[in-house]
Amino acid sequence: MTGMNTNGNTYTVVYSTVLVILVAAILAFVAMSLQDKQNENIKVETITKVLSAAAQADESVTVDETTDVLDMYTKNIVEAFYVDGNGEVAGEMNMGKDNPKNIQVPSTADLKKQNDILKKIDGSKDESEKAELLKTLSLPVFVFDINGKKVTVIPCYGAGLWGPIWGYVALAEDGKTIDGAIFDHKGETPGLGAKIAEAPFYTSFKGKAFGTGEKVFAVEKGKHDDDPTCVDAISGATITSQALGRGINMWAKYYQPYLRTMAAAEADAEMSAAPADSTSASIPSESNEPVK
Amino acid sequence: MSGINYKEVLLKPIFKGNPVTVLVLGICSSLAVTVQLKGAFVMALSVIIVTGLSSFVVSIIRNSIPNRIRIIVQLVVVALMVILVDQVLKAYAYSISKTLSVYVGLIITNCIVMGRIEAYALGNKPIPSLLDGLANGAGYGLILIVLAFFRELLGSGTLFGYRIIPQSFYDAGYMDNGLVILPPMALILLGLIVWIQRSFQKDLQEK
Repeated sequence: MTGMNTNGNTYTVVYSTVLVILVAAILAFVAMSLQDKQNENIKVETITKVLSAAAQADESVTVDETTDVLDMYTKNIVEAFYVDGNGEVAGEMNMGKDNPKNIQVPSTADLKKQNDILKKIDGSKDESEKAELLKTLSLPVFVFDINGKKVTVIPCYGAGLWGPIWGYVALAEDGKTIDGAIFDHKGETPGLGAKIAEAPFYTSFKGKAFGTGEKVFAVEKGKHDDDPTCVDAISGATITSQALGRGINMWAKYYQPYLRTMAAAEADAEMSAAPADSTSASIPSESNEPVK
Repeated sequence: MSGINYKEVLLKPIFKGNPVTVLVLGICSSLAVTVQLKGAFVMALSVIIVTGLSSFVVSIIRNSIPNRIRIIVQLVVVALMVILVDQVLKAYAYSISKTLSVYVGLIITNCIVMGRIEAYALGNKPIPSLLDGLANGAGYGLILIVLAFFRELLGSGTLFGYRIIPQSFYDAGYMDNGLVILPPMALILLGLIVWIQRSFQKDLQEK
């Protein structure tokens, strides 16, 4: 580069422009060519999460790094679909029975979209607008058969301290009892908020249950041995814990219409299976009492 | 530019002039990513690639860089390499890239990279610069792996995720040291390494 003034203004401007455009082009090309592979990874991760929430229903089933999650998912999934805010089925998800590559799961962007609608419904005062919005919802539902046990997995989503937090809650046949849960986050503080994704916290959900009305579930500090609709928060991560509690509560609230229909159908199925037996018919009505 | 001692270029940054223990650069990330050997290994590899390629590219364009925006140009080159590494990890080593989280992106701010570009690549030909970059990355990586070896062994009883300390030890009352998992203990371990190195290399000791 002898003879060229590399310190002139024109040279500097042209140089930096060319450099930046060149770098941008390289990055855009690489990002685009790796996109499919990266999305595939994210999808497998989501499938792993959904599956590990469901697998907690049975202690003999484990999901770890060595598990072929795609295979396990296609073997155990019974149904995967979307419901709207009235509990009506609003669409199907590909379960990958023909080809595991075709498994459809909602991305975090999809969850965020639904979350935005949920927030709008929550904030809306206009009943007709609310009803309209409820119909536009498409909330994902996964139904698994884990060793003969029917497990329904639903997602939740919320805004943590630094970024989105989300997770999957596995419910038993009654649509209330929590069989398992798993959470993830974009960038909560390691050692504090990030603990929502770690064992002692998410395992505390097992055995808890969704309530009814406005407060379906909460994450609050203190022991909650008497209150099935509440788990202990993480010390030092109040905002993340509360955000997670609010997220689960809001999502679970709008799943209630579907979950109740499902629980009622389950109870009916049990009754029709043993119609002559009067005691078995009385059990479901008893267990329905706390709902009112 | 003749008479470059390649052996010196390659070996000095690994032992005598190690960027972590002698220059005390890149401490933050060496405390953060050394809980497990697997993560430390990938991080070491990423840094080696970034330091090597950045030094190489900057050295190629060193005579054309306008002096006034020198640092910015270097930064753009380093950022390019880091994002490339990050993207490749996300595509081919997703779980590791999740454990490394932000630290891959933070290689951009790793002083070793910029330090070597300023100190070496700007004044030397591409091939020696590439070697210098690789060697400095390797020096950093070596410390990372040594730290991670002790932290994973003492903190989790495993190496590369495989159980090393047998179950019978645990049954006999042995417990993993939880403190080793935390960054403060990593700093203490790092201090011990510096101490050991200085006791062998008298010329590093300050009077």
